[in-house]
Amino acid sequence: MSNEITAKDVNEQDKALLRDIENSLANCSKCGGCMAVCPMFSELGVESSVARGKLALMEGVLNGQIPISENFEKAMGMCVSCKACTANCPCGIRADELIIRGRQAVVKARGLGSIKKNVFNLLQNRHLFDFALRMAGLFGPLSFKKLPRPMAAVARFPMPGMDAKRVTAPFQSTPLRSQYPETVKVDKPKMRVAFFTGCTINYAYTDVGQSVINVLKANNVEVVMPSMQHCCGTPVFTSGEVDMGKTFAKHNIETFERYDVDYIIAACGSCTEAFKIEYPHMFKDDPAMKARAEKLSKKTYEISEFLVDVLKFRTDTLGPVNATVTMHDPCHMARGIKVTRQPREVLKAIPGLNFVEMKAPDRCCGSGGSFSLAHYDISRQINDKKIADIASTKADIVATSCGTCRMHITDGLVQNNKDAQVFHVIQLLDRAYQAGKKK
Amino acid sequence: MKGGIVMVMTRLNKIIELDPANLIAVCEPGVIVGDLNTEAAKFGLIYPPDPGTVKTATLGGTVSENAGGLRGLKYGVTKHYVMGMEVVLANGEVMNCGGKNVKDVSGYDMTKLFTGAEGTLGVITKVIVKLVPAPEAKKSMMAIFKNLDDAGNTVAGIIAANIIPATLEIMDNATIRTVEDYAKVGLPLDMEAVLLIEVDGNPTVVEQEAEKVLKVLKENNAATVQVAKTAAEVDKLWAARRAALPALNKLRTTTYCEDATVPRSMVPKFLRAVQDIAKRNNVQIGTFGHAGDGNMHPTIVCDIRDKEEMARVYTAMDEMFKAAVDLGGTLSGEHGIGLGKLEWMEYQHGPVGMNAMKAIKRALDPNLILNPGKLVGEC
Repeated sequence: MSNEITAKDVNEQDKALLRDIENSLANCSKCGGCMAVCPMFSELGVESSVARGKLALMEGVLNGQIPISENFEKAMGMCVSCKACTANCPCGIRADELIIRGRQAVVKARGLGSIKKNVFNLLQNRHLFDFALRMAGLFGPLSFKKLPRPMAAVARFPMPGMDAKRVTAPFQSTPLRSQYPETVKVDKPKMRVAFFTGCTINYAYTDVGQSVINVLKANNVEVVMPSMQHCCGTPVFTSGEVDMGKTFAKHNIETFERYDVDYIIAACGSCTEAFKIEYPHMFKDDPAMKARAEKLSKKTYEISEFLVDVLKFRTDTLGPVNATVTMHDPCHMARGIKVTRQPREVLKAIPGLNFVEMKAPDRCCGSGGSFSLAHYDISRQINDKKIADIASTKADIVATSCGTCRMHITDGLVQNNKDAQVFHVIQLLDRAYQAGKKK
Repeated sequence: MKGGIVMVMTRLNKIIELDPANLIAVCEPGVIVGDLNTEAAKFGLIYPPDPGTVKTATLGGTVSENAGGLRGLKYGVTKHYVMGMEVVLANGEVMNCGGKNVKDVSGYDMTKLFTGAEGTLGVITKVIVKLVPAPEAKKSMMAIFKNLDDAGNTVAGIIAANIIPATLEIMDNATIRTVEDYAKVGLPLDMEAVLLIEVDGNPTVVEQEAEKVLKVLKENNAATVQVAKTAAEVDKLWAARRAALPALNKLRTTTYCEDATVPRSMVPKFLRAVQDIAKRNNVQIGTFGHAGDGNMHPTIVCDIRDKEEMARVYTAMDEMFKAAVDLGGTLSGEHGIGLGKLEWMEYQHGPVGMNAMKAIKRALDPNLILNPGKLVGEC
């Protein structure tokens, strides 16, 4: 008997990692409908960049034809998780989830890449993570130069894993949750909501968090920001680190359960989606946790959805915002939680605001969260198309509902020498309430 | 296949020239058909062949398959629009054939030969296609029939009234049930056929033709007739037809969307034959398709991993193709032969036809390196 591991053994091992999705993969009719909507395919034009190709590679592993190799890993990584394939699949295949399963198999078979591993280890330790990002905020001005537009900065010297010209959001010296008490009180509150800030809003785009609080205060809503809350887990989950994703989910579920609130709100499509859809889904094999996740899921809303569908926000105190505004729908808003009507209703309620729809507003901006860190060039190409669509509306402001979209579109506008600015929908509503006070 | 390679042409995706004066577009083979139409629309023109996959299908692919689509009855298929091409032959030499001339009898029609050759004769690297003016107006109608023969007579009646609709689509009862179960568009489950009719052209003519179509529908006992008045209503009528393939697709793991085609007048007979074959072999088949040009899509849903079921499926396919050919039809209206339908080729073409095709293959590709074994089989 030999202890040598043969290629066949490796293939058998790899097959086992994907066995449970065999049926889902078999349902793909190979029609290639995903090619029409995949932003990655439109840039790269190769089969491995589109869902059909990725599913075929996974079938190849299951048939024992290929191992989970470095190339397999690269192919699974070439996806911005924009869900356009899933939304348009005539066979009803959830390709976005299957690709994440492919990544999970990669992590199990080959381990996580070293940069991601370090970041995720940091992310796992809530205190260390908080400390590191506060430090980034304190010392940020030394390494990042602010640009003459709101919330934009560019690195002063080369940074590992970052393109030298790339415009990012500056880390703030005081995170949002440290700027306020845990509970922001109002007189005679109409209701009480818990605000899941998410990392981007807590550490970088604190201006969005401030606007959320201002708008809720203007509507007599008490806001509590549970201090123990942590990253929603989406970045680790979509990278294939499912078990780590589950620890994040469990922590957040336990944290938010401790607060007696009417609703949970978030101001980011992906963060909302985590609470609303992903957490119950993650615990599908754990009925007790699933029930707890579902309880929270039912009262979770994205801020514009909450304002329009639940709160029926006040419009009598709104002042004018004189600007031409277009809207970019983040992937996880449009195809994740399917909220596109409500942010538009918020914008259209603002006096003086001229709303212009751009072509394909729900087409991915190319950011793909951490995808843009690993593949800035492709991310930039996808984004350049978005910038061209924005430019053709002649809008002064691009409204969106996601921090990473805001960052990537801001970068695109700078790189393409465009003057438009990017804000969260809620910031424009906040501005309208402020203008109303001056009346 | 035989140690071969796949040549991917998708990055040859430039529209080289749009020539409105000659109603011509010159394109690389990787151009997406939908993109060509977007560009042509800027000149008020269209490239009519529109297979269901226009958003992803490349021009080179549709030319090599001689693709059809929903407008075949009035506008014809791809071969009616290909004017010329640049082809790399099997020996590596580059050949140009055809051109921008409407009339051209100089030599064999090589353009037609390479159109629909499924890549077995050469590699197409440039295509010259004809464009036509876009219709100014269109009108969509949907009629539901209790009796399949009434639907068949309607198709014949419309043609007899000298009307050539742009679209004349049919769905059988199995498809109606599946679509209704999946999309809930309000189709009655006990009806034998649905016809979707669209006339297009000059606004005045469109109105007159629509009137005549309505009269034919009435004469042939249509149970209900809906005429779309707004763009939203057009979309609603089309929703049922568009849902046909996705709905059937989602029923089972494996879907075979076939494209056996019969002369227009044989459509009801063929639909009956397919229903009979499905019942006899205990196979699930829904049929929809282009009633106007006789191009049917009997769609078999099954599970390729179930050997016992697949044996029945293959028997049913056998019988279905024979039924089409026996009705004076053809194995394939628009999807092509490849390897899948190869075994039935001789049944349709006979030994003489097969030998002539093989002679052409051997003459142009003596080493049999281009898509070996496909379309005409081993040579």
